[in-house]
Amino acid sequence: MTAEGKLGVLKSIEAHSLSCIRGGRLVFRDVGFRVEAGRTLSLEGPNGAGKSSLLRMIAGFLAPAAGVLVLQSDGAEISDGEERGHFIGWLGHHDAAKPQLTPRETLRFFADLYGVSGDIDGALVEVGLSRASDLPCQYLSAGQKKRLSLARLKLSNRALWLLDEPLAALDTAGKSLAAQFISSHVASGGIAIVATHEALGIDAARLALA
Amino acid sequence: MNLFSAILFRDMRLATRAGGSAALALAFFAAVATLVPLGVGSDLHLLARIAGGILWIAAVLAALLSLDRLFQSDFEDGSLDLIALSPLSLESMSFAKIAAHWLTTGLPLTLLSPLLGVLFGLPLQAYGPLMFSLAIGTPAVSAIGAIGASLTLSIRRGGLILPFIVLPLLAPAVIFGSGAVLAALDGLSNGAFWLLGAFSLVAVLLAPFASAAAVRLNLAG
Repeated sequence: MTAEGKLGVLKSIEAHSLSCIRGGRLVFRDVGFRVEAGRTLSLEGPNGAGKSSLLRMIAGFLAPAAGVLVLQSDGAEISDGEERGHFIGWLGHHDAAKPQLTPRETLRFFADLYGVSGDIDGALVEVGLSRASDLPCQYLSAGQKKRLSLARLKLSNRALWLLDEPLAALDTAGKSLAAQFISSHVASGGIAIVATHEALGIDAARLALA
Repeated sequence: MNLFSAILFRDMRLATRAGGSAALALAFFAAVATLVPLGVGSDLHLLARIAGGILWIAAVLAALLSLDRLFQSDFEDGSLDLIALSPLSLESMSFAKIAAHWLTTGLPLTLLSPLLGVLFGLPLQAYGPLMFSLAIGTPAVSAIGAIGASLTLSIRRGGLILPFIVLPLLAPAVIFGSGAVLAALDGLSNGAFWLLGAFSLVAVLLAPFASAAAVRLNLAG
């Protein structure tokens, strides 16, 4: 794996006058923001305001109907969606946990796929899944699957974290764990953009989508 | 371990675990091929003539059974988003999935086919061509099936539409595949293998690009 995408290389991400059209309907228009390395941006707004769409746009899945998204890394400006994807750690609202595979196998697969050699056992212990690590994911609760997603996000070793409702289904300890993951990620020079309805309890800039 | 084999081994593991598609396809193949002699009757001459065609059709239908979930389950549970953000290109990902599908359905079907040939009273000289035609033809089934599976991955019950996209495109494989078995029965020289091989090669080379384009389209949808 090349150096790009590693923590510390990413400097900032900014968006100018983004618009999103889905299914022929205007979801949002004229959205702009700028997040520097070491900062968190929290996306707020009612259901259907386009928080998830904006995250998918930043990830490069959705092309903006108008506007630009630029990522600044060491000496380069990246505006291509697919190239931007190499910086992104993704935590969507689906858990990507195959019912037949165990948490350990799930993390092993994604670590191999992302070409990272992380400490999988350590990650499982950290998110409190050490006892369930060899249980097929179909027996995990929604909260445990979310914890698995958090472990995967951390293992992915990407600089720009995009999180869609990271606190959903988590218990109190899980919520503080998620907040702690995010704050330690930004403290080490990463960026986190979080769509959430609940208070994260960490210092974050806010972007309200109407 | 490289990124390509990560997808390949994961998909093979999923297909062969409990509830996976590999055993299902094999059972379906065997069930259809067993029913045909029961329905057609015990005219061994007739059965031997239709064996190649029936086994080829049964193999295509069996492979279709497992194809509809090829991309769909990854799409529904969010895995496809994560795979798309990995360093592996969507083209290589599609190729790995095609390879995994063939290794868990096409190859086992090929290996099982001589056993079912016995039910049809297939003469000895036809077993080689039957297996060889399935071995070189079923990769095309997986490849073209992957195109259909990626196009329908976001459609609810897309598996019902899949055959309409895939079956017409697979007609050449069925024609050349069963033709090769018939030619062997008649003791004719066999050009069908070349056509089948060429068809399969082109399908396997082009399908990853088509599938990747369809996946991209669906991720944006």
